[in-house]
Amino acid sequence: MSMILGMLPSVLMIVAPILITAIGGMICEKSGVVNIALEGLMAIGACTAAAAHVLMEMAGVPQTLSLFLALFMGFVVGGLFSLIHAVAAINLNADQTISGTGINLLSTGVTIFASQILFNADRTKEFVMGMQTDALGIYPTAYIAVAVVVLSWILLYKLPFGMHLRACGEHPGAAESVGINVKKMRYFAVVSSGVLAGLAGGCVVLTQTIQYTSNTINGRGFIALAAVSFGRWSPLGVTGAAFLFGTAQAFTIIANNIPALKALPSEVFNILPYVVTLVALVLSSGKNYAPRAAGKPYEKGAS
Amino acid sequence: MKLSRERLIQSDGAVSVLVVILGFLVGTILVALVGKNPLNMYKAILQALSGYNIDNGKMNVRYIGETLNYSVPFILCGLSMGFANRVGLFNIGGEGQYIMGMTVAQMVALLGPQIQGLHWVLAIVCAVLVGSLWGGLVGVLKAKYEVSEVVSTIMLNYIALYLSRIISLQMPGATTYKTADFPETALITNDFFTKITNYSLLNNGIFMMIIAVIVFWFIMEKTSLGFGMRATGFNKEAARASGIPVVKSIALSMAIAGAFAGLAGGIIALGSFKYGRVLSGMDNYGFDGIAVALVGNSTALGTTLAGLLFGMLKNAQALMQGKQIPKEITFIIQGMIVIFIALRSALILYQQHLDKMKLQKEVGVK
Repeated sequence: MSMILGMLPSVLMIVAPILITAIGGMICEKSGVVNIALEGLMAIGACTAAAAHVLMEMAGVPQTLSLFLALFMGFVVGGLFSLIHAVAAINLNADQTISGTGINLLSTGVTIFASQILFNADRTKEFVMGMQTDALGIYPTAYIAVAVVVLSWILLYKLPFGMHLRACGEHPGAAESVGINVKKMRYFAVVSSGVLAGLAGGCVVLTQTIQYTSNTINGRGFIALAAVSFGRWSPLGVTGAAFLFGTAQAFTIIANNIPALKALPSEVFNILPYVVTLVALVLSSGKNYAPRAAGKPYEKGAS
Repeated sequence: MKLSRERLIQSDGAVSVLVVILGFLVGTILVALVGKNPLNMYKAILQALSGYNIDNGKMNVRYIGETLNYSVPFILCGLSMGFANRVGLFNIGGEGQYIMGMTVAQMVALLGPQIQGLHWVLAIVCAVLVGSLWGGLVGVLKAKYEVSEVVSTIMLNYIALYLSRIISLQMPGATTYKTADFPETALITNDFFTKITNYSLLNNGIFMMIIAVIVFWFIMEKTSLGFGMRATGFNKEAARASGIPVVKSIALSMAIAGAFAGLAGGIIALGSFKYGRVLSGMDNYGFDGIAVALVGNSTALGTTLAGLLFGMLKNAQALMQGKQIPKEITFIIQGMIVIFIALRSALILYQQHLDKMKLQKEVGVK
């Protein structure tokens, strides 16, 4: 038991960014827009946060302020890039998978290009100190994640605003007919997923590593995307799914402390979250929990 | 033929050209904005394309060979994405299928029978088969269990990456990044190409790529199988109603799509390297193949042209870096191209708007 408790901090460290991103993705899909750009938006947030933090560190900005501002900038820049997806998906009726893929491709270029310009290297400069754990050994990112989950639940299920947003994902025509501005709602949702993914990217880079490289995000955004469908589009379900995937990923670290598991190649544990996701999706097939209008462009007065 | 605005908007080819130009435009502006000379970018591209170095007037045909060689995996991964796309599927799994093909080709190259003329054929065939298995699995999951191919292919990409590491680390002479050298019989080098292109890596893979392009075209346009697949892509319900086995179409098309990407993996393994690689990250040919297919409108010819463009950009990367232009600008151009392709739906909206205006004018509504 003590061993499981001992693992908890590292599990939380890994789960937090995935969960934050997944909640954003969930809000987005609830409004009827699928966002597969989560991976790229996380990368952009991570690069922004890492670059901002190291530059402020060099300029002598106090540690706490610098970390906070770095996360905030990741949040803002993630939101800005998600606007591309919003315009494409909401105003121009674009294929949402294509525009998401475009942002993902763009993000690998933009982040490393920026690093080349700022630091003359294919990665950001290492910062001296990232986030620090509290007395319990837990990073602040875990608390951010909890706050995001609770807020999203209140927003989606306890406020009229959330009901309106969900209506846009289920039946945009009906929502429009009772005076809900579907486009506005969807904009809010897409930008929410952008800022949360950007924030989560910052969380990854400031807790798990010391610089941004092209390998920093390494599929976390895609795992978050899978957590949304595995979690059946509900805050509680998505939280459970994120924990499942995060724990599987944390196993890579944990296995080092368990002699019986140490014998296996570490790649076995790297594979786990993806296999778990795939099996979970097969098992949960049959009934469709997805918002009915997710992925479909909405044209006013078309149907 | 009169060149009208309407015709331009409706022509897929013209829109693709426009989209590519826009992508380059954004890249050029960005390079200028960060204080570099965009002209250097185009000098690098010219050199990658023609082998001619405009700065010192020297010609080196090796660059042409390399551009062609780089295009091979792009075109094949583009065919993979394109084939699935024609059936209405979005194959983000080209990367995983490519990795599995590469891994198995390496395995056969290291462990297979060293018989001249048979060894490499066996390795390539195995790469194609495992690629189609990896893709077919996605098709079965989609057709039988309704698992979204977008999510399942992404998962299978990462599974393939780590599986590849596990397998490659067991190979003879494996270190953390490479295995022992391949025996001569496994290589697909072409001495004639090597000589005429001044020691570029261009190899027999290009012949296999050409065959693959023809196979793609033939299946899609000339067989009833392809007809059924295209029908499924246009309208699944209508296809089902007219007796086309939709489930089989989906599974089979993903298997064929996977075969193309698997072939790409086999060609890279045996043609571009003389040893097996233990991958530490993805090669990204599969992901770039998505962009290639989108630019090429998922047709055989279009994908080939788009693949050549991407091969040229990749070859130009090192040249750009040498001219102080961050090579990542090529990724930005590619990403912007895909985003512009997504935005092309705006053209349809614009056309609708024009039609409406015209109609209003005709009936005299103000």
